[in-house]
Amino acid sequence: MGVNYWLIQAFNGISYGALLFLVGSGLSLIFGVMRIVNLSHGSYFLLGGYVALTVIWTTGSWVLAIPVAALAIGGVGLVMERVFLRPLGFDPLRQVLLTVGFAFLFQQAALDIWSGNNFDIEPPALLTRSIQVGGLYLPLYRVFMIAIAAVIGLVLWLAMEKTRIGAMVRATVDDAQMARGVGIDTSRISMFIFALGAGLAALGGVIGGAFLGIYPGLDFEILPLAFAVVIIGGMGSLGGAAIGALLVGLADNFGKALFPEISYFTLYAPMALILAVKPTGLFGRE
Amino acid sequence: MTGRLKISLVAAAVAVLAVGVPFTTSFVILLVTRALAFSILVMSLDILLGFTGLASLGQAAYFGVGAYMTAILATKYQIGLGFDFWLVVLLGLMIGAVLAAVFGLLAIRASGVYFLMITLALGQCVWGLAYRWNSLTGGDNGINIQVRPKFGIDLSNEVTFFYVVLAIFAASLLAMYVLVRSPFGRSLAGIRERELRMKILGYNTWLHKYIAFVIAGAFGGLSGVLWAHTAGIVSPDNVVLTTSVDALLMAVLGGAGTLVGGAIGAFIVIAIREYLSTLVPWWQYVLGGMYVLTIFYLPSGLMGIPARLRRRRGAPGSPGGEEKLAAAPS
Repeated sequence: MGVNYWLIQAFNGISYGALLFLVGSGLSLIFGVMRIVNLSHGSYFLLGGYVALTVIWTTGSWVLAIPVAALAIGGVGLVMERVFLRPLGFDPLRQVLLTVGFAFLFQQAALDIWSGNNFDIEPPALLTRSIQVGGLYLPLYRVFMIAIAAVIGLVLWLAMEKTRIGAMVRATVDDAQMARGVGIDTSRISMFIFALGAGLAALGGVIGGAFLGIYPGLDFEILPLAFAVVIIGGMGSLGGAAIGALLVGLADNFGKALFPEISYFTLYAPMALILAVKPTGLFGRE
Repeated sequence: MTGRLKISLVAAAVAVLAVGVPFTTSFVILLVTRALAFSILVMSLDILLGFTGLASLGQAAYFGVGAYMTAILATKYQIGLGFDFWLVVLLGLMIGAVLAAVFGLLAIRASGVYFLMITLALGQCVWGLAYRWNSLTGGDNGINIQVRPKFGIDLSNEVTFFYVVLAIFAASLLAMYVLVRSPFGRSLAGIRERELRMKILGYNTWLHKYIAFVIAGAFGGLSGVLWAHTAGIVSPDNVVLTTSVDALLMAVLGGAGTLVGGAIGAFIVIAIREYLSTLVPWWQYVLGGMYVLTIFYLPSGLMGIPARLRRRRGAPGSPGGEEKLAAAPS
């Protein structure tokens, strides 16, 4: 095992982290703004993949599938927040159970609409090649994943830091009551963030569908990983989600390569320890 | 309803099961046995959820270690297949308690959403080991247990096994009932209602919660032991996040803070999942829909229905806290 092996492992870890960032950043924002433990977030990921498949089957366009899936699932998230979560008020247990109830409903709906088969999302031929960088053959698709996560991360960061809406969101994360007090419509902000988070997860589903596949059960496989990202990075913090995603992606890859028998343990045990020591996560705001 | 009437009702229900179930089909016997075994896990969670106000998303961890321990001892060391079955039952209680004692040190400090998250993370640790530690756990395939214990009586006879599980279930229910009615259980309820007040009164609330957590873990381990022999297979599915979530939903569906509510929830969900699923393909809509409806319209669960009806009729409802406690946010 030479240097190249480790470089490839690191590259795989980073690109997996890029995917996890798409799922985790939305979950983190939702948690930060609404304090909701959203257990249907994995379902948005999976449903995003399925919607993309339908778009690809009907139009043949992979490029079109990305925005359609993100918007459609963003819409689903919006309706869910408005119709079901909003009237529930603040009660973590009931919110959690409600989102699980929906995760089951989504599972069944996906089974009815798209059957229980395993699918792969085929990216355009252009992206299936490899590029050579300094003696390493890197799959272009994974480079693309890193690029898209970087672009989305940058756009989100600019939106949060430089726009008026972003300032309102940050204010809501820091202190929702005060934010309401100074006239910020936190209900609107919640709706917007929930839809955005759902859309981002769906986007992750489309992108990730190419190498994870799309199959029943993927929703609850990706969900704990997304939570690991959120917890390690810190809830409600975008930068934290980026670092958390990178750490989880690398830990997952190196864990599987170095000590396969306890690889998930090495991922979740630090997550539990971080929570025990600093409940708001490494980079979360107090 | 007075306490004594409630106890007689539960005792009558157990008696009806004991007399009636053996005359049904073997499918029903298996279903009821499964529900009884899983009920112990749900009731153990209810000690945390309903009586202490801690919603855990990782209760399957204790269930899992109990089940895996049983399977590993039985297949690799032939332990627990004779009279030593009772030793394994004891070990199951202990391994659950030990694991909870370790996890509790990390988790108990947290509350509300953070408690949910940290128990989720801890549960995932156990799942990760079950899923990946191939040489010990068989990985994704899990472990098949070929035979059930035999000691004078043969537990591979489904009726005999049903009676053993029913007896352990009844004993667990009784033990937990005594626990929550004890002064210790009362102070747990005090912590659920207002932890700060209990602290000011001089209670060591951390220790109270910790002990409740350990006891819940012990019963979770016991439930796992029974489940391993009921299902005949132990796999990462038993430890996965959705199993913890299931237990939580069953507790809430039946009515948090009632113990037997958890058993009722377990019966209904297992019946839907294993019986209705053989009849119609859309059973999961029923399950998901039921959860959503329960959360919206029955925050106190099915066990809260009588009190609700009484209130609707205008009669003075029971002033007791049972109704209030399930609806109370953590």
